[in-house]
Amino acid sequence: MRRKIAVFAALMACAVGWGGVASAQQAVDTEKELEKYRQMMSDPMSNPGFLAVDRGEQLWSLKRGTKNVSLETCDLGIGPGKLEGAFAKLPRYFADADKVMDLEQRLAFCMDKIQGLDLADIKKRRFGKPGQTSDMEDLVAFIANKSSGFKIEPQLTHAKEKEAAAVGEALFYRRGDVLDFSCSTCHGEEGKRIRLQGLPDLSKPGKDAQATMGSWPTYRVSQGQLRTFQHRLWDCYRQQRAPEPGYLSDGLTAITVFLMKQAAGGELQVPSIKR
Amino acid sequence: MKKIAFALGLALIVTTPALAQDKGIDAATLEKYTKAMWPKTPEGWESRIAYDDTMKICSETRNQPSDADFAKIKAREAATVKFPADGNVMGDYKSGLKIANNGRGGTFTDKPMTNGANCYACHQLDLQEVSYGTLGPSLHLYGKNRGFKPEEAKAAYAKIYNSMGTAPCTNMPRFGYHGFLTEQQMKDLTAMLFDPNSPVNK
Ligand code: HEC
Ligand code: HEC
Repeated sequence: MRRKIAVFAALMACAVGWGGVASAQQAVDTEKELEKYRQMMSDPMSNPGFLAVDRGEQLWSLKRGTKNVSLETCDLGIGPGKLEGAFAKLPRYFADADKVMDLEQRLAFCMDKIQGLDLADIKKRRFGKPGQTSDMEDLVAFIANKSSGFKIEPQLTHAKEKEAAAVGEALFYRRGDVLDFSCSTCHGEEGKRIRLQGLPDLSKPGKDAQATMGSWPTYRVSQGQLRTFQHRLWDCYRQQRAPEPGYLSDGLTAITVFLMKQAAGGELQVPSIKR
Repeated sequence: MKKIAFALGLALIVTTPALAQDKGIDAATLEKYTKAMWPKTPEGWESRIAYDDTMKICSETRNQPSDADFAKIKAREAATVKFPADGNVMGDYKSGLKIANNGRGGTFTDKPMTNGANCYACHQLDLQEVSYGTLGPSLHLYGKNRGFKPEEAKAAYAKIYNSMGTAPCTNMPRFGYHGFLTEQQMKDLTAMLFDPNSPVNK
């Protein structure tokens, strides 16, 4: 019951967050979402995010691309084709690409190099919407799920991993654009909220960062889609009034490295489900 | 404002703020990453003010500028404030309340529109509006507590126009400086804070 109430509060906040005042239509939409939510909560096994996990599993072994092979030889950092726990150690440095990559960058690399797949199509469908699934979201759901129950283990030994963490930290404090916001404006202090929406304090290592990073990818009820962390950052920069950040750009990976560092030791439970 | 300056000063003495540079990240490396994230300015965004010196100092010092920079930013930002030509900073409080409650506009998924100010994201104002954030102080009774004095209203207008003219590196946006709000909107917001009939003062 407590959880239901929390969910209700979160959904209400959704209607009046930084996004603006709830219109009558939004109120109706929110009510519809709530109804969906109520049904879901009565059946804990029905997180729709697991549909993405299933689709991702098929995509992983699907032969395609100019080379007509699957992704099963892709090395996500712990050996070709090895999935258990791989996500808990991402992003990390990959010698074959000579750079630090998050899961999506790595998958794009493997699709290109191993499969000879058309990345333009993959990037065009980077974020799913009604009637269009995203291969990336599905694959991330599947692969991340293989790390559920694992502890977040940030990789910070290689010089480029250290650089990424430091750049990510600087980006976290970098103010800009028409509202002078930085991530730290909204995530720099404990116990703050914007409108009624509670804000995780991501400026220091510990529980807020662990709970946050341990729950991505997530199924977002308000969007009806499984979302990856690339999408979360896309949305935060949108709220921040920045121009659209480039999908798979190294800056987004750097922020992710920094936040995984803050979240070290937290347990992954993914895909989760949130508003 | 003195309080903030004092608190900032204290913070400087007690904890040496970790500068971005201390972590081994030089401006050029950072720039390389941001350039890759935003390779070109999207169409229609050219007029948006680029990363300015104030943003740079606030970012690098994590909003704890040195005393010298604090004074420099304060003077520079205060000088940008443009008051209405006729000197009247009071508009329509009812319209101000609506603007304060509206958080739309300005994102890369929005069409061009009149932006909302979303003061409620960070401030308590009218007690009837329970959906307010806590990033800024409560502004309930703001005008009343200042005796509805015209010079205080003028200071509030300036605060909305450029928050850093009083509090360098504050989390509050510089609404007028960036052209995010119009003069009329800022007048309406000032009236929301200073009109005796405004629910903010009840
Ligand atoms: C204007 C305020 C604001 C700014 C600026 C902002 N965020 Fe957020 N952020 C929010 C809000 C509100 C939420 C939660 C609501 C939601 O889900 O949209 C959130 C959610 C998040 C989450 C997910 C939390 C969770 O529990 O799943 C992460 C991670 C995050 N932000 C990181 C960032 C980063 C990194 C930046 C800078 C690039 C940033 N935010 C900038 C307001 C902001
Ligand atoms: C992202 C957060 C944020 C938003 C949005 C915001 N403010 Fe603020 N505001 C602050 C913070 C933090 C302070 C305290 C530090 C300072 O004075 O800048 C403040 C201070 C103020 C003060 C001075 C309070 C005093 O101590 O005298 C006024 C007046 C004010 N805000 C009005 C507004 C109005 C009107 C709006 C909407 C147009 C607004 N603010 C939007 C964060 C915000």
